[in-house]
Amino acid sequence: MALEPIRPGAGAASVLSNNAKLWRAAGGYELPEGVQITTLDAAVNWCRKYSLWPMPFATACCGIELMSVGASRFDIARFGAEVMRFSPRQCDVMIVAGRVVMKMLPVLQRIWLQMPEPKWCISMGACACSGGVFDTYAVVQGIDRFIPVDVYIPGCPPRPEQILRALMDLQDKIQRGGRFTGTALPEQLAKEQMLEQVRGSAQGLPLIQGAARGGEARFGYALPGGEALLGSNERGSDS
Amino acid sequence: MSETRSSKISPNLAQIEAAQQLVESLGEPAVSTVTFLDNIRVYVDRDRLIQALATLRQAGFDLVELGATDYLKYPAGHGTNCRFEVHYALLNRSSTARLVVKVGVDDPAPSIPTATTLWLGADWMEREVFDMYGIRFTGHPDLRRILMPEEFTAFPLRKDYPLRGRGERHNFPVLKRDQS
Repeated sequence: MALEPIRPGAGAASVLSNNAKLWRAAGGYELPEGVQITTLDAAVNWCRKYSLWPMPFATACCGIELMSVGASRFDIARFGAEVMRFSPRQCDVMIVAGRVVMKMLPVLQRIWLQMPEPKWCISMGACACSGGVFDTYAVVQGIDRFIPVDVYIPGCPPRPEQILRALMDLQDKIQRGGRFTGTALPEQLAKEQMLEQVRGSAQGLPLIQGAARGGEARFGYALPGGEALLGSNERGSDS
Repeated sequence: MSETRSSKISPNLAQIEAAQQLVESLGEPAVSTVTFLDNIRVYVDRDRLIQALATLRQAGFDLVELGATDYLKYPAGHGTNCRFEVHYALLNRSSTARLVVKVGVDDPAPSIPTATTLWLGADWMEREVFDMYGIRFTGHPDLRRILMPEEFTAFPLRKDYPLRGRGERHNFPVLKRDQS
């Protein structure tokens, strides 16, 4: 394989071809067969995208289609997302399948807050995306008004193939995602920087900063022992 | 018209007659009676509602359904001429006779006595009528909303309430990516 030499003075990485980048990353040695060089972020994202654990938030007939995706004919296990968990603590992709009414929305938000990072959300079907035909006083007109959504699936209900397509789109998004230490979303770099700053602070900052934060006390739940401090606990009380 | 139709579906005339007699025996509380097919509706005065229901319960009727209707902007002369009508669908399980008792309730502050003293099953049905129409049932043991959230203030099945609500469905905090 003919590798382009690194031209001295070519400072911008964008002018280098991939082969030249590889050559430089390998320290000038030719790589043995079967060895690849990549970034750790890309490798972690590659692992992440093939082991998505869905949280099926199924409230209507879309949930039936979601079940058939999990069954043998469509077999979501081919995409590594067959581990449906009914606890948000163990999930990283929430699939909202069906309409969400105003009584259910606080539940939806609470479950979303309970899911650990990195997490993604798929809005499945016309009702979850826009309220669908249920343009009435109690039905939320699209869950993206209140929680972030990564992939939308149209349809009433969508075919199982569409759900698989959405999963593949989400995998693409994850592969393009952010750093492996953080939230795996490029648009969240600011948040990751904020978290690092909070973790490094001596006092620890309150996790819930007023009503604008995604805290749980807003929904009227009493937090035992008061609200958590982010940062100070991790450093230990004896320091 | 009702005779020709009733002959078509051949209702149990004996049952109807028995129910009619029962309604007549109610006497004073029954304001008027309408028969359509085998469907007998008895309009009852609001003050004598419980008396009439108690008589029917003595005769073996049980409550199978309780609901209400908003007749806002209806032309005058319908039913009880009240804005709301609460109906009690009754069934006699031994004779299979059915009867609908209707009572009119009017604005403002519509309220009628509860039927939970006769049938405990009326509890949640009256709560639903209160939730949707704002009709208060005096003497109800636990009159609070059953379907809508507790912070909801309107009565959504009233005809003057807009179909899409007044913004209650979107009165929630927004979770952004950098917050959650």
